[in-house]
Amino acid sequence: MPTFHFELGELPPEAETLRGEVREFLRRELGDTPPVQRAHSWGGFDREFSRKMGARGWIAMTWPKRYGGHEKSALERYVVLEEMLAAGAPVSAHWIADRQSGPLLLRFGTEAQRQKFLPAIARGELSFAIGMSEPDSGSDLASLRTRAERVEGGYRVNGTKVWTSNAHLADYMIATFRTHHDPAKKHEGLTQFLVDTKLDGITMSPIIDLAGSHHFNMVVFEDVFVPEDRRVGEEGAGWKQVTTELAFERSGPERYLSSLALVLELIRHVAKDPGDHAAAVVGRLVAHLATLRQMSLSVAVMLQAGENPNLEAAVVKDVGTTFEQEIPEIVHALLGVEPTIDSGSDLQQVLGFLMQRAPSFSLRGGTREILRGIIARGLGLR
Amino acid sequence: MNELRSILGDVVTRLFTDLVTKDVVEDAEKGQWPEALWQAVEENGLTLPVVPESKGGAGGTWGGAYIVMRAAGRHAVPLPLVETIVGAWLLSESGLDVPTGPLTVAPVHRDEALRLGRAGGGWRLSGTAARVPWGGTAGHVVVLTEGEGRAMIALAARGAGAVTRDQNLAREPRDTLTFDGAPVVAAAPAGRRVPANAIWLYGALARSAQMAGGLDYLLRQASQYATERRQFGKPIGSFQAIQQNLAVLAGHTAAAGTAAANACRAADRGDAAFEIAVAKVRVGEAVGIGASIAHQTHGAIGFTYEHALQFTTRRLWSWRAEFGGEGEWAVELGRSVCERGADALWPQLTAR
Repeated sequence: MPTFHFELGELPPEAETLRGEVREFLRRELGDTPPVQRAHSWGGFDREFSRKMGARGWIAMTWPKRYGGHEKSALERYVVLEEMLAAGAPVSAHWIADRQSGPLLLRFGTEAQRQKFLPAIARGELSFAIGMSEPDSGSDLASLRTRAERVEGGYRVNGTKVWTSNAHLADYMIATFRTHHDPAKKHEGLTQFLVDTKLDGITMSPIIDLAGSHHFNMVVFEDVFVPEDRRVGEEGAGWKQVTTELAFERSGPERYLSSLALVLELIRHVAKDPGDHAAAVVGRLVAHLATLRQMSLSVAVMLQAGENPNLEAAVVKDVGTTFEQEIPEIVHALLGVEPTIDSGSDLQQVLGFLMQRAPSFSLRGGTREILRGIIARGLGLR
Repeated sequence: MNELRSILGDVVTRLFTDLVTKDVVEDAEKGQWPEALWQAVEENGLTLPVVPESKGGAGGTWGGAYIVMRAAGRHAVPLPLVETIVGAWLLSESGLDVPTGPLTVAPVHRDEALRLGRAGGGWRLSGTAARVPWGGTAGHVVVLTEGEGRAMIALAARGAGAVTRDQNLAREPRDTLTFDGAPVVAAAPAGRRVPANAIWLYGALARSAQMAGGLDYLLRQASQYATERRQFGKPIGSFQAIQQNLAVLAGHTAAAGTAAANACRAADRGDAAFEIAVAKVRVGEAVGIGASIAHQTHGAIGFTYEHALQFTTRRLWSWRAEFGGEGEWAVELGRSVCERGADALWPQLTAR
């Protein structure tokens, strides 16, 4: 029977104080960044910006101080995240490490790994990519085949990862490889590694997305030697670690705010004299936005309380990505302006950018169908 | 959830599970007043959650009332329970005593107004209020109107006006009341926290909470049915098509519950017009989709009067239009957002 539960969340006063500081910082740093640039949301990659974030103590906020963290609450971190996203700040250079690679190392890494990597991540100096998908392993992640064979002092890796976002920019990749092969038990035998992207035998080639941009990569491993001390967690524990990591990946405000820039441009466009129809469209979008924020906050509060809201996170991501994905369609239906690449109005450019980006919203971090399968399991159907 | 609300949740769930049987709901549809159910609800203090203890209420909050209103929707309670909660709040906020027995509120449409005028030592009420919930059954009607140039709350007893009976889709009474210089039991200027559109606003709040409860029922019922009903040799819930549909229903149910709860919390903090509009729009949309999925999952049996599913879906189809449909609320919400401008939206969302 339905087992999910959304309790209204409340942000503590210190989080609201922090919000003011973050807004002030963003006003200064982003200045008159054009809307279409802000529409990149967490896609913008800017190491300089990430270092400034690190200097302000806004990366690794919840981690222990001995690893360069700041021992703040998950709710203070939540406020920083949502303000960054709402402003369209270029957070991509530290986003993955802050959201999942760092927490993964905190949880499963060795003491040496933590000391070496976490403080640098916290300073905004280290950028991470995630090596999960392979040519024949997408939603069926456990079928992945890239082999890591034991050799003297470490592992020899052969295989191919695809859709690896920002691998060409990242310093390291948390990659999941197969260390043991038993077709009957595909979830066993997976192991995670911390891989330096500059290692000999790694070849990267860009996969250009439909809009002509380079975020994705194909990463080929040919007899790449990965030392023993770069294994994360136990051999064979990879599946459990990956699913833990995906829970971090699914619960954040980035799962409903991707098209906020277009909502704002729509409002700017119609605000002077909205007819009933345009007003109703704006009102509906705002009703969804306000509700999703409360749902997302509710998950954040559960995480802070040490609960395990995996099901709730899946619900928020499904509802949230459906919302952010439909916004370009709604704006098109209402206004019918032509979407553009770099000509025309801000509205046209933001529409053009997000229309081409939107199909990915319900693919990344677990497809809509996979998420709904998780929800169905929560409902007792499977 | 704090402990008190958790206890309250247990109390209402137990009470409604025991007493709101299919027979009681069916008899109510035939026009029979469920007196025993009402007595139990009143004795358990569920009618006055937002009324101060000094006025005989539970001294609680809209957050507490939300528990009761949502449960009332979940169980299709055939009583003017949320109307009584709203009416009692209007009375106590305006310094008036709350009578025992069921209350309703009027007028329930934005374009209607009743008139209150002085006559001798008292006040007299005139005008027509259409489709008042349980208008002919409730012991008293709480009226929000204008009298001598200011907002007034007045209390009229059953029988003060002429009643033209009608129903909504769920066969809940929706009676038109016509007053012609009718005497009122009491009247006072509307309280400081009672806005001029309070019935419209808090009626929408109450319906949002009820509908969130109705969706809870649909999700539970449809998930249950999908595990029991077998076709092609297995439970229909094992088919991905059904699973995906029910996951969508789960998302809308979660959104509806969050939106309605957030509106109730805002009502405790003060001006909740924004959150109530958000709730009525979001929940209303969820209801249309949710009812459709619940029926599709149930197949033909869910389309029968015999199956209890329809007690909830017919209520949802009526409730979403009462106190303003989502289209009307979306226009209002959209206009207010446009007036403040794009740059004010995010600060507004995060300030609440």
